[in-house]
Amino acid sequence: MSIIVNGEPHDLAPSSLAALLTDLGYGEAIVATALNGDFVPAEARDETPVAPGDRIEILAPMQGG
Amino acid sequence: MLKLYDHTVESRLLLGTALYPSPAIMADAMRAARCDIVTVSLRRESGAARAGQDFWGFIRDLGIRVLPNTAGCHTVKEAVTTAQMAREVFATSWVKLEVINDADTLQPDVFGLVEAARILADDGFQVFPYCTEDLGVAERLVEAGCEVLMPWGAPIGSARGLNNVYGLRSLRAHFPDIPLIVDAGLGLPSHAAAAMELGYDAVLLNTAVAKAGDPAMMADAFARAVEAGRLAYAADPLEPRDMAAPSTPVLGKAFLE
Repeated sequence: MSIIVNGEPHDLAPSSLAALLTDLGYGEAIVATALNGDFVPAEARDETPVAPGDRIEILAPMQGG
Repeated sequence: MLKLYDHTVESRLLLGTALYPSPAIMADAMRAARCDIVTVSLRRESGAARAGQDFWGFIRDLGIRVLPNTAGCHTVKEAVTTAQMAREVFATSWVKLEVINDADTLQPDVFGLVEAARILADDGFQVFPYCTEDLGVAERLVEAGCEVLMPWGAPIGSARGLNNVYGLRSLRAHFPDIPLIVDAGLGLPSHAAAAMELGYDAVLLNTAVAKAGDPAMMADAFARAVEAGRLAYAADPLEPRDMAAPSTPVLGKAFLE
């Protein structure tokens, strides 16, 4: 199925948001996630399903002013 | 000492972490600034490079407290979601709340700002709102739960200094007990000193240091200016007047016509 991760289309069918992070190699990384514009806490990623067309944001610490 | 919510810091200079030529130069600037708080942000992680992980490791090693921002957010929803994500990643309830109205001036959307501040304060955040010097907006922000206000000096990155000294002075007089931090628009140490002489509790800047030819030297200059301005305010400065007032005693002057 097609999902959008950080603005880019991906053809993946993860069983959960946590599984998607693992598939994309973010397993150990310090990141925060949002699904379709809503924050998903780390502890909720296991139970958060990913559906076709979902928009997922994976954000990491970055320089800022 | 400066108390921001439940945290007390020594330094009255807060620095941003963006736009430095290199991480090493940024670290030098932070040391030279002797700062206790730096601002950080959240962005999409950049593929295999994992730049965000490296950056966060670097900041944590410096042992400086972070103030995450919601830079670039134009809606309440974006800002609130970004703040929630930042709280988890940076493990702090502090947030520098930016809700931007205009792309050219990066002027705050004060209506969205108040709404987002209320949502976040109710959710346990300790909000540092990037606001204007408008007294009505400031009152709404305080009512919403903000215990610190951060009015702009001038548009972000503009290096114009204090655009509205009267407005900033009024804000200080209106909120004598709320920590006030001039955030954004400073270009020179003299701008920072001027803000501190008005009685502001601290200044927050980024571009003026990061884009200087020698960021560490400029950070040191800002640190001294902030300290000088604070001392001058505490020393109760002379009021300006229109006419001259001789400093050398007139009495006892020789008559030599």
